[in-house]
Amino acid sequence: MDALKFITCGSVDDGKSTLIGRLLVDSKAVLADQLAGVQRSGETDLALLTDGLSAEREQGITIDVAWRYFATPARKFIIGDSPGHEQYTRNMVTAASGADAAVVLVDATKLKWQDAGPELLPQTRRHTLLVNLLRVPSIVFAVNKLDAVADPRLAFGHIRAALERFATAAGVAVRATVPIAALKGQNVVEAAPGWCGYEGPSLLQLLEQLDVTAAEAGAAFAFPVQWVEKFSSSSDTSQGRRVFWGRVAAGTVQPGQAVTVLPSGQLATVAQVLDHVRQPRPGVAGHSAGIVLDREVDVSRGDWLLAPGAFEPRRELSATVAWLDEEPLVAGRVYWALHGHRWVKAKVRRIVHRLDVNTLAEAEADQLEPNAIGHVELALQEPVAALPYARSRTLGALVLVDTASHKTSGAVLVR
Amino acid sequence: MNARAEPQLLGQLSNRHLDALEEEAIFVLREVAAAFERPTLLFSGGKDSLVLLRCAEKAFGAGRIPYPLLMIDTGHNFPEVTQFRDQRARELGAELIVRSVEDSMKRGTVRLAHPGESRNVHQSVTLLEAIEEFRFDALIGGARRDEEKARAKERIFSHRDGFGQWQPKAQRPELWTLFNTRLAPGEHFRVFPISNWTELDVWQYIEREAIELPSIYYAHQRPVVERRGLLVPVTELTPPREGEEVITRTVRFRTVGDITCTCPVESPAANAAQVVLETLSVEVSERGATRMDDKTSEASMEKRKKDGYF
Repeated sequence: MDALKFITCGSVDDGKSTLIGRLLVDSKAVLADQLAGVQRSGETDLALLTDGLSAEREQGITIDVAWRYFATPARKFIIGDSPGHEQYTRNMVTAASGADAAVVLVDATKLKWQDAGPELLPQTRRHTLLVNLLRVPSIVFAVNKLDAVADPRLAFGHIRAALERFATAAGVAVRATVPIAALKGQNVVEAAPGWCGYEGPSLLQLLEQLDVTAAEAGAAFAFPVQWVEKFSSSSDTSQGRRVFWGRVAAGTVQPGQAVTVLPSGQLATVAQVLDHVRQPRPGVAGHSAGIVLDREVDVSRGDWLLAPGAFEPRRELSATVAWLDEEPLVAGRVYWALHGHRWVKAKVRRIVHRLDVNTLAEAEADQLEPNAIGHVELALQEPVAALPYARSRTLGALVLVDTASHKTSGAVLVR
Repeated sequence: MNARAEPQLLGQLSNRHLDALEEEAIFVLREVAAAFERPTLLFSGGKDSLVLLRCAEKAFGAGRIPYPLLMIDTGHNFPEVTQFRDQRARELGAELIVRSVEDSMKRGTVRLAHPGESRNVHQSVTLLEAIEEFRFDALIGGARRDEEKARAKERIFSHRDGFGQWQPKAQRPELWTLFNTRLAPGEHFRVFPISNWTELDVWQYIEREAIELPSIYYAHQRPVVERRGLLVPVTELTPPREGEEVITRTVRFRTVGDITCTCPVESPAANAAQVVLETLSVEVSERGATRMDDKTSEASMEKRKKDGYF
């Protein structure tokens, strides 16, 4: 079974780092010296296993994603421990962009669980919306610290109902809602049947069952050219031509297939396909390939090889933008946009609206503040073969880069 | 080291995930070749850099690695490793650039607090001098996120400012595999193609690919002294202290670096398959078992990285 890449997210102090510490310790991925390093006044502070920056330990918060690795007999896992602070949303988005699953933690002690419809914290909503927006395939709610409330069964029931109501309103498909106590380990690794009225698998058992993200193999062929390898002698390839290396974004490719080059529009036929280690093998979505064409056409890094007729390259994009920079996104400004390996200039035509993450209402805005999510219209200097992000996580994604500071400023999801 | 693992574990141990790790590393190595003008690959002759080099051979074809190799020499290297490094570079037909801390000391840019001080931390100065000399814009390294908590936080493409500093609180978001490699003059990137590999993955790959390593990675007899739970090798640079008893043990190195701060572990493992088995059952981390310099402070790696260290 392939390794599952999952992230933990949710509000500050909901116990994300502690949960990861618990998973690592209980799956024996933490070694004796590392465990000894997180003893504080005789107690083990599990959060310190992942909060590796001195500023994090000083402040007791997670600033950036820590990537950790562990394995159970069933599968390998890569965990991204992402920050809960609104200020570090960019790092949470970084972690979520490539994840197969997200565990959104909810702290039961912070909610009015005695009420039938307790109000959720803004960061719970924000992170759920973000992971859904980024199309993380499996979203799991984990209601934590249920060992610290007076009536865990009632609390879990009420909080689960509130989460389900929110998810339904936001159109978020949730894989499961699981009660846990990360500090003590209840229902994290070992299932605790009947606890909080829950009879399902433990969080880890659930994670062992989740699917990794399927590549877009059934779609029309699209291939961003990463690197052009030129051969001076003709002995290296059958006709001494160039090899275009990259990762297949969608579809499959094999010899004999016709392709069109973006942006030149020239047509060619695929003569040879190599895998990442240079062996002849058809290329499939998600994997690296080297493509040799049957004739000399002008292709450079950043160009795309596409199935003829399957794409309508666009210069106008309507997109959802998650803004990650301290400098706000301003209507009228020009940024760099990266699509595949292609850099184009992108001008912000208009900010259509900003999303209120609490009410999901669309508000008018002329700029997007840090960590805001909005709907934006972009005009591109050159056309790109973009598809809606809802159809393709690879072709529908771009980043915006500030032309002055070179910071990665925005995550762009084509609508 | 505790070798509890049963030999049959090796048979059950899947190495299918190595293909995905290798493919990711090759993707990153090609990205560096395409996106930067003057990249270099940090090559110490250690196991992680040998794994990187194997991935680079596959990425670019034998004998065609499109960037020079760079070694920052503290002058305190194990001779087995230095000889191996030079031999590998020759075999690959790769250009090997060596810059030494000794030269920085002669220039006066490195001053030791006392003659016996570890030169490991001073590598940063020599490294930054080499970056300036060759105007490198990307330095590929074999660091892995499982090595250490500060490393676990680092991006695959890690931006460095004009002083070579890592700014952990202001890292660029790294979204999907859309790597923002834009630089201002004087800045550079550190790039880590095997970020997502663990110590076990590295050894499984070495075994699968039959990668040759310097001999000291495998069991050999060595005079050592026991000091604060570590086995300190007895060498000219690291003589026994007053009252310490020199003993000969069967040891191997889990990491190799500067002689003055690298310790071996007790082990009978004589080949990569045996090391894989041992790695499955270790109870102490790679750095915890072998590095004297990381024990001084929780944040020592982070601090050194902020100063320009790899």
